[in-house]
Amino acid sequence: MKPAPFEYVRPDTLDAAVQALNHEDARIIAGGQSLVPMMNFRLVQPERLVDINRIEALTPIVQTDTGVRVGALTRHVEAEYHPLLREHFPIISEAMPYVAHLAIRNRGTIAGSLCHADPSAEWPLLAILLNGEIEILGGSGSRTVPAEEFFMAPLTTDIAETELVTGVFFPSPPASCGMAFDEVSWRAGDFAIVAAGALVYIEKNRFVNVRLVLGGVFDTPIRITALEEALVGQSANQDAIEAVLSLTTKDLEPNDDLHASAEYRLSLVHVLARRVLTCALERASS
Amino acid sequence: MSSKTHITLTINDEPYRADVEPRMLAADFLRDELALTGTHIGCEHGVCGACTILLNGVSVRSCLLLAIQLDDAEVQTVEGLGSTREMHRIQTAFREYHALQCGFCTPGFLMTVQDILNTLPLRNDKEIRDALSGNICRCTGYDHIVKAVRSLVTERDKIANQ
Ligand SMILES: Cc1cc2nc3c(=O)[nH]c(=O)nc-3n(C[C@H](O)[C@H](O)[C@H](O)COP(=O)(O)OP(=O)(O)OC[C@H]3O[C@@H](n4cnc5c(N)ncnc54)[C@H](O)[C@@H]3O)c2cc1C
Ligand code: FES
Ligand code: FES
Repeated sequence: MKPAPFEYVRPDTLDAAVQALNHEDARIIAGGQSLVPMMNFRLVQPERLVDINRIEALTPIVQTDTGVRVGALTRHVEAEYHPLLREHFPIISEAMPYVAHLAIRNRGTIAGSLCHADPSAEWPLLAILLNGEIEILGGSGSRTVPAEEFFMAPLTTDIAETELVTGVFFPSPPASCGMAFDEVSWRAGDFAIVAAGALVYIEKNRFVNVRLVLGGVFDTPIRITALEEALVGQSANQDAIEAVLSLTTKDLEPNDDLHASAEYRLSLVHVLARRVLTCALERASS
Repeated sequence: MSSKTHITLTINDEPYRADVEPRMLAADFLRDELALTGTHIGCEHGVCGACTILLNGVSVRSCLLLAIQLDDAEVQTVEGLGSTREMHRIQTAFREYHALQCGFCTPGFLMTVQDILNTLPLRNDKEIRDALSGNICRCTGYDHIVKAVRSLVTERDKIANQ
């Protein structure tokens, strides 16, 4: 199990990276934690590998007036411990320990995870939940795509082979906001069978805005808008959550595969949705 | 396409130079080119942890890293930990607690333990088991490995509190 031969390029700047990508069958390597296994199995055999690990412009995490911008090369471990992210988006450090194992988190990156787009992966779910905006650079300039429109199918996103993700912008949530993440997997570090994240804003003891996103259920992470809408305007308490909880699984047809049956996934969805909504509400209230 | 590239790096505090083909994995480079066969290869897709090394101080999978990416890097392998005559404290703890049987997984565990002792609080056995979850052992049933790590954590925290 070894990769097929390829040409290796290691640009130091974004311009050089974009140029290097303008080539037949070029592929970016970031952490390599999803790509190299696929190359070892020869599921992918790129002609040219563009190593972006030395591009300094891809590393910073900075606060702006309206949120936090996270550089594409931010490793899962860095995201888990970064003070800015801990302060504004504590759900990220809550979710990161579920991503693989320490040695993989030391190397794997946020953009690599988003671009790999595994249906069970934590970052795509978080990006949608937190209303992230994905910044993309290509030969004809840069563009921004809302996370909700970025994921098209398993392992398929709205990014061309000649483009690269440079970072993700997370808009600041209001102060009266609570967030929570939870998942169930067979073993520690495995991909989730079902993962769930919730974001709850309350004002004057009422739900003003709610987001509930599930991963591992379907081809891409999905928002449960029926439940979100049903909660808005209701009194912010557990009874309100219980009253709408069945909307989570209504019309949901989860994947049925060797990891879990559709039926088991449905019951996990129910349990996890309740857990994250309840926990997010508690956090919003305190 | 298979032309070689020159890299320079430090392994276990010794300088190395080599010419490598881009597709060579770091694990194969260490084992086959440099005869540092302490780093083991189990699965070659990041699952088993046998190939764990330290790259610039943190644990990584050497089967998911290219040798060419080691250019300018500082690498630590199990050979740098200790020798049979002069074992590292982590190694003596593994011996004391019978934390190995066949030993295939051991180099990966030792490197992981070195990282987690530096970076994680490891307040209880659950945290220790979580931190070790990326390393698979088919022999021991893990209990003795957890005991060895617990003793190392106790020692670490005693020193830190002095
Ligand atoms: C044993 C194991 C268990 C794992 N478990 C989990 C898990 O539970 N949850 C989870 O989320 N992940 C898991 N992963 C995957 C891990 O999180 C990877 O780090 C992540 O999926 C990919 O990030 P990377 O930086 O390593 O990307 P790479 O492997 O380098 O790249 C992945 C893909 O993204 C593309 N790409 C990378 N960066 C960019 C960019 N900036 N712009 C455009 N394209 C880019 C590459 O071309 C490639 O197609 C696991 C991996 C392993 C080996
Ligand atoms: S050989 Fe690298 S993790 Fe198994
Ligand atoms: S001691 Fe044999 S695999 Fe761990």
